[in-house]
Amino acid sequence: MNNNLIVSPTALAFAVVLVVIALAINLKEKIGLERDMIIGVVRAIIQLTIVGYVLTYIIKFNRVWLTALMVAIIIFNAAQNAKGRADGIPHAFLISLLAIATSTLVTIALLIFAGAVKFVPSQIVPVSGMIASNAMVAIGLSYRSMNTSFHDQRQGVLERLALGATLKQSSAHIVQMAVRTGMAPTIDSAKTVGIVSLPGMMSGLIFAGVDPTKAIMYQIMVTFMLLAATSIGSVIACYLAYPRFYNADMQLR
Amino acid sequence: MAELIFDIQELNYVVGDHQILHSMTTQIEKGANLTIEGPSGSGKSTFLRLLATLLTPTSGTILFEGRNQLEYPKIKYRQQVSYCFQQPTLFGETVRDNLKFPFEIRNAAFDEQKVLTSLESVELSADMIDQQITKLSGGEKQRVALVRNLLFTPKVLLLDEISAGLDADTKGVVHRLIQSYRASGVTVISVTHDETEIAAADDLIEIRNGQLGVPSHE
Repeated sequence: MNNNLIVSPTALAFAVVLVVIALAINLKEKIGLERDMIIGVVRAIIQLTIVGYVLTYIIKFNRVWLTALMVAIIIFNAAQNAKGRADGIPHAFLISLLAIATSTLVTIALLIFAGAVKFVPSQIVPVSGMIASNAMVAIGLSYRSMNTSFHDQRQGVLERLALGATLKQSSAHIVQMAVRTGMAPTIDSAKTVGIVSLPGMMSGLIFAGVDPTKAIMYQIMVTFMLLAATSIGSVIACYLAYPRFYNADMQLR
Repeated sequence: MAELIFDIQELNYVVGDHQILHSMTTQIEKGANLTIEGPSGSGKSTFLRLLATLLTPTSGTILFEGRNQLEYPKIKYRQQVSYCFQQPTLFGETVRDNLKFPFEIRNAAFDEQKVLTSLESVELSADMIDQQITKLSGGEKQRVALVRNLLFTPKVLLLDEISAGLDADTKGVVHRLIQSYRASGVTVISVTHDETEIAAADDLIEIRNGQLGVPSHE
């Protein structure tokens, strides 16, 4: 493989100019995101540096338990982040954990079964990260949609309950909308992949010197796996979350 | 004394530090036509929602046909004690979507003939069934909502100011429909501010400041 990837610390230091440009725009236009931007940049540097060393160690050490532990940490962090979008939905962390763990593990199991990836840390850890982060975003969007719909469509839900509908029948339209909202970015991205964006995995492989025709095979696999993961994740999260909007007497909270 | 459909004892309903209903005790007979009047915010709608199990009493009991309402399976109870809202929300896109819902929640096959007959009973034409709900007037929406509540005859009909804002003709249609259900033994409990409805009431009670009282103009 012809590896042309050389990003030296000096090159990175120069790239900070790009952050400065973003900060300058922010300050001039009084957008108020400069603090978040600086925190984001500092966190990205620290987190990626740590993960770089951790991954180097995990790949070198190559133990099943260590790989599994890394996947578990990724899933845990993704669930924690998704919970942050739940805006008070009870048990959101556990629901998110179950949804993200199931979507990640089912998708990885299928990929391993199909021979698309091997259970080696250099493949499992990055693929898990991709799946869990996409599931996390989808679930976060689904939570937001559910919260908005249960608030805005309260009267409609109340009328369904009054007619003698079950909680599922009273919430079906809201759950469907939430799953659709959660999956929308993945579906949009699947529709425009190659014509608008050259996604991370494909770009990375091309950067690393892999023949683009081979890189697309991986990207197609990634597209399929993200569609599966976001649909599994959103459906599980939504179906576990909607009953939390009701009390034990089948009334809206 | 006729058989009771509701026996309400010491009913209290409190939200935070605001007591909405105070120790209400009353009995309602099967087949009654009870009209409830009272100022806005006095607790009338809360009372109806408690009867419908859309709210749970803070204390006190509501016996429905001799049994605590909370002991009934909620779904079965709500299909028998049907609550109609003042400003109903219609579901989906068409009138048909709304009138299919009562069948769906009972796992029953959609009976189009029954639906068309019900639409006729509130003077809505058969071709209205595929009408977009966004194109309906307020009066048409209220009549579709009423049909939605009455496709499967309930034991009790709770009407929360359903004629408010309707024109005289539509009110007449609604009254005639409700009268026909009353005649077939359905208990009707309605909250109203309408003087004509109050004057025509068989039984009239007043709720003022969350307490039952005798109407001042009796």
